[in-house]
Amino acid sequence: VTPALLDERCEHLLRELAPQVLGAVIRRFHDFASAEDAVQEALVAATMQWPRDGVPENPRAWLIQVASRRMTDHLRGEMARRRRETAAMQSGYVMPAACLGNETDEDDTLILLFMCCHPSLSSSSAIALTLRAVGGLTTAEIAHAFLVPEATMAQRISRAKRSIKDSGVPFRLPTSEERAQRLGAVLHVLYLIFNEGYTSSSGPHLQRLELSREAIRLTRCVHSLLPEDGEVAGLLALMLLTDARRAARTGPDGELIPLTTQDRMLWDQKEISEGTALVSSALSKGSIGAYQLQAAIAAVHDEAPRAADTDWPQILALYELLKRMSENPMVMLNHAIAAAMVHGPSNGLELLRALDSDARLAGHHRLDAVRAHLLEMAGDHEAAITHYRVAAGRTTSIPERNYLMTQAARLSESATTQEGTIPRMDGSVRDWPVAEWTTRSAGTP
Amino acid sequence: MKGAEDMKYILMMNTMKAGCEGFPEWPKKDIEAHIAFMKRLNKELRESGELVTAEGLTFPDQAKLVRAGKDGTPITDGVFPESKEFLAGYWIVDVESPEQAYTIAARASAAPGLGGAPLNMPIEVRPVMSRPCDEFV
Repeated sequence: VTPALLDERCEHLLRELAPQVLGAVIRRFHDFASAEDAVQEALVAATMQWPRDGVPENPRAWLIQVASRRMTDHLRGEMARRRRETAAMQSGYVMPAACLGNETDEDDTLILLFMCCHPSLSSSSAIALTLRAVGGLTTAEIAHAFLVPEATMAQRISRAKRSIKDSGVPFRLPTSEERAQRLGAVLHVLYLIFNEGYTSSSGPHLQRLELSREAIRLTRCVHSLLPEDGEVAGLLALMLLTDARRAARTGPDGELIPLTTQDRMLWDQKEISEGTALVSSALSKGSIGAYQLQAAIAAVHDEAPRAADTDWPQILALYELLKRMSENPMVMLNHAIAAAMVHGPSNGLELLRALDSDARLAGHHRLDAVRAHLLEMAGDHEAAITHYRVAAGRTTSIPERNYLMTQAARLSESATTQEGTIPRMDGSVRDWPVAEWTTRSAGTP
Repeated sequence: MKGAEDMKYILMMNTMKAGCEGFPEWPKKDIEAHIAFMKRLNKELRESGELVTAEGLTFPDQAKLVRAGKDGTPITDGVFPESKEFLAGYWIVDVESPEQAYTIAARASAAPGLGGAPLNMPIEVRPVMSRPCDEFV
């Protein structure tokens, strides 16, 4: 075994074991925040020692033992500190044992996910904590992925842990009544991690691979724990069907390549067939949800050998269903695009007019971008140029701004050279990520 | 889940060239109070998990305006108009709303100056192009 392979195997094993080990340590010491720190230290120790000395016979037990030793040291220090203090009253620091249920080790990953994605946390805190406590990533890795200093990320994680402690969330599975809502929050956080990795562009980098890979791994894990849940399967399918196009969606200099002009030979057929099988099986079980519908739409796109072969009537029908399930303005925008592709651009523009009064979209670049695209399809190039430019001025993503400015320039040049007024039906069609919207406050792009 | 997605903002602290040059001539206690204020602000931003980076810049007399000459070599020009606003320093913060960035900017703006009175410096706040770009399916 080469050192590199051993490293990779270790890393995989450590990430797999991280939530199980954390669960075990919390059960022993009843203290989430300190246990999480201790497990992180044990993981770091393992990355140093295992590639050198070999993986221990029972890696899980090794990690629990090292983390428990750290916990004991920590508690000893804590007790000494408390003795020094006059008011050595037991605070809410340690979780009461009564909060612990009778769950088994297998539930720990789920329990931790429910804790880390608690609705009382901001999405950025939940993302950071999930990646560390459940994903087994180090603070440095998370900070690197989000392009913030390690110290900043460390503070964010400890604040998140403090709010979990303050909110008194018990370390057990939520009740069946809470379950659906809490699972929704978990899936949303996993979706955001995937999206951050897939579409991120802080600076010139368009894709941050490791975040998407981690999101897929964690969602796979939730799917194996809850194989009957259609939305979990739907989210996993959506991620796979989107990730399948990764190699084709950017050019050599990181520029965006819209779906219609992507080289489909670069799409990952293995991911496409896995995603398609997952969503088909989930949909056949009956309870349809938003992630399943989005996955189904992605599957329809992925099934077309050429952009011109896309089954737009089916996509439109799926958006009609999705529209009935959510009030999400991004769904409305995507629906307008699909309607334009089926019934022509004037129909799509008509639908956009209805969105003009939607306060959630006021000043939002996506409305302008979609309008520009549909106006171009309708042959009104002058108006399309205007809207492409407005959208370019409103977006806060560099690759997107480059793309929108290039679109405007292309149209304005073809106008001066008296070139075609032929509507470009191939279009630069896009589906906006839907779940992302819900985390943005209304009106702020 | 509450909270919007994080966005990075740059907070640019502008001073008039004249005002900036006045700083070294403040009484010691005013200078110390100003420095302590800035250090405390940065420490608090780090602890709240909002600070990405912060830099103070040298005084205007260290600045050069550079343009490329005909053959691409740099032509430097040290002359700045007296009236020009001058970038004295900047912060980049990672926050959940523009309002949060404005609040931090207002705190920095009120840094103590002569006699401890708030300077109320203009702080230009702009989003950094850091949002993940939209999915182009």
